[in-house]
Amino acid sequence: MTHSVLFDAPGPHTVRRHRLYGVVALVGLLAVLAFVIKRFYDAGQFEGDKWEVFVTPDYVQVLLVDGLLNTLKMAAVAIVGASVFGFALGVAKLSDHGLVRWPAWFVVEFFRAVPVLLLMVFTWFLIGINRDGSSFWAVVIALTLYNGAVLAEVLRAGVNAVPKGQREAAYAIGMRKAQVMNIVLLPQAVKIMLPAIISQCIVALKDTALGQYVLAPGLTRIYKEIYLEFNNRVPTMIVIAALYILVNLVLTALATWAQKKFVGERKPLEVSMVGHLDSGRSA
Amino acid sequence: MEAVFDNFDAYLKAFGYTFALFLVSGALSMLLGTFLVAMRVGPIAVLRWAGATYVTVVRNTPLVIVFAFFSFAAPTLDIKFNWLDVHIGQFDFTAFYGAAVVSLTLYTSTFVCEALRSGVNAVPLGQAEAARAIGLPFGGVMREVVLPQAFRAALPPLASVQIALIKNTSVAAVFGIAEATAQMRGLLNDFGATQRYGIFICFAAGYVLIVEVFSFLSSRLERRWRVAT
Repeated sequence: MTHSVLFDAPGPHTVRRHRLYGVVALVGLLAVLAFVIKRFYDAGQFEGDKWEVFVTPDYVQVLLVDGLLNTLKMAAVAIVGASVFGFALGVAKLSDHGLVRWPAWFVVEFFRAVPVLLLMVFTWFLIGINRDGSSFWAVVIALTLYNGAVLAEVLRAGVNAVPKGQREAAYAIGMRKAQVMNIVLLPQAVKIMLPAIISQCIVALKDTALGQYVLAPGLTRIYKEIYLEFNNRVPTMIVIAALYILVNLVLTALATWAQKKFVGERKPLEVSMVGHLDSGRSA
Repeated sequence: MEAVFDNFDAYLKAFGYTFALFLVSGALSMLLGTFLVAMRVGPIAVLRWAGATYVTVVRNTPLVIVFAFFSFAAPTLDIKFNWLDVHIGQFDFTAFYGAAVVSLTLYTSTFVCEALRSGVNAVPLGQAEAARAIGLPFGGVMREVVLPQAFRAALPPLASVQIALIKNTSVAAVFGIAEATAQMRGLLNDFGATQRYGIFICFAAGYVLIVEVFSFLSSRLERRWRVAT
């Protein structure tokens, strides 16, 4: 057990008491778990033919290729787009010129305050709901705009997190504004930002599931196809959720690794929240 | 844009549902999140482990799937919200609303828990040590000394979590609640050919307004509550 500052190292009496609490809690949790499993069992959710589809090679292939791969594709395209969009907006927000800074600020605040789903529905209708691939691009564009706005804020926080002396030293040796940004600040900022960018990938990946509302391809569509065919809504839902969780855990591990490798023990970036009016005015 | 003004009652009613979802699940998620954080930092290993597992699993599941579970899977397991049948004015809060609130609460509470945990970690070590030194047990340390300060320190991330919740209420549209996003989709369906920009701007403005008012209030609160340094 790791030592915590919140309580003393327990003495023999307290250890016994904690052990009792632990056992009671464990019994309680197991009871809840048993209740859930019994409900599932009574509802016939554990019958073999409801799960058989997930060990049938053809369907596993459909699940992984048409489902997971499409979902990952949407998330990947969106995150690449969001990086470009966010990079441009972030640099614009750091500009010395109000004419560049204020529109960028407005765009960032707008897309951060509007629900992704609302954007998705709008872009879907904008592209034309009956056009081929419209739902795919609706998801990608909505996620690009939203995550781009967030990444712009991450970039700004990253550049501001570079020690002040770096900028001053760069100016002192006679670099121009653009050089200071491109040669000195951004390379260091990107390193600090990396964990935050990977965390944003998790957000983008989870939000691809919203594509269900605009009939997008990916795991949510496969989910519908499978449960309509085999009438196994609950098992399919569990499998789909497990796939999402698995990929997200891999990404989380990657973010932790990147944090250790590139940032060290320093605190993760703190990105200011929406609506802080002073957030566009630094530098 | 005329489509929205012609249906302004429906527009307001849709945002009423959005707001109702936010208020109820926001309050409940704060309660559940506080409870979870007590489990996660407490001395009982089983509860620590259970809290961590819950947070990891729910946080990494897309909200749509949490919603789908309580809307479609739970009824087959006999977990129903049929008992919920409240009518206030022109608003109906029925089984769909119950499922939506439960999903939003369970999902958001994991983020509340993590925000509070970062707040607990931000409380200076000496505070907890001093509280222990005067003989407070774990419950007392948390209740009297650590949590009040943790809430203050966690206010900015908590506000972000609640803002995310405001936006996440839009997911309820997928599951049969006539809140703002569903209303917009309906209007786009009917008038989308000619007025799609106007409709989008009206609905986006509604969300932006709620979010900005909330973040204004929370930044006021933050200033007032800031721990003196």
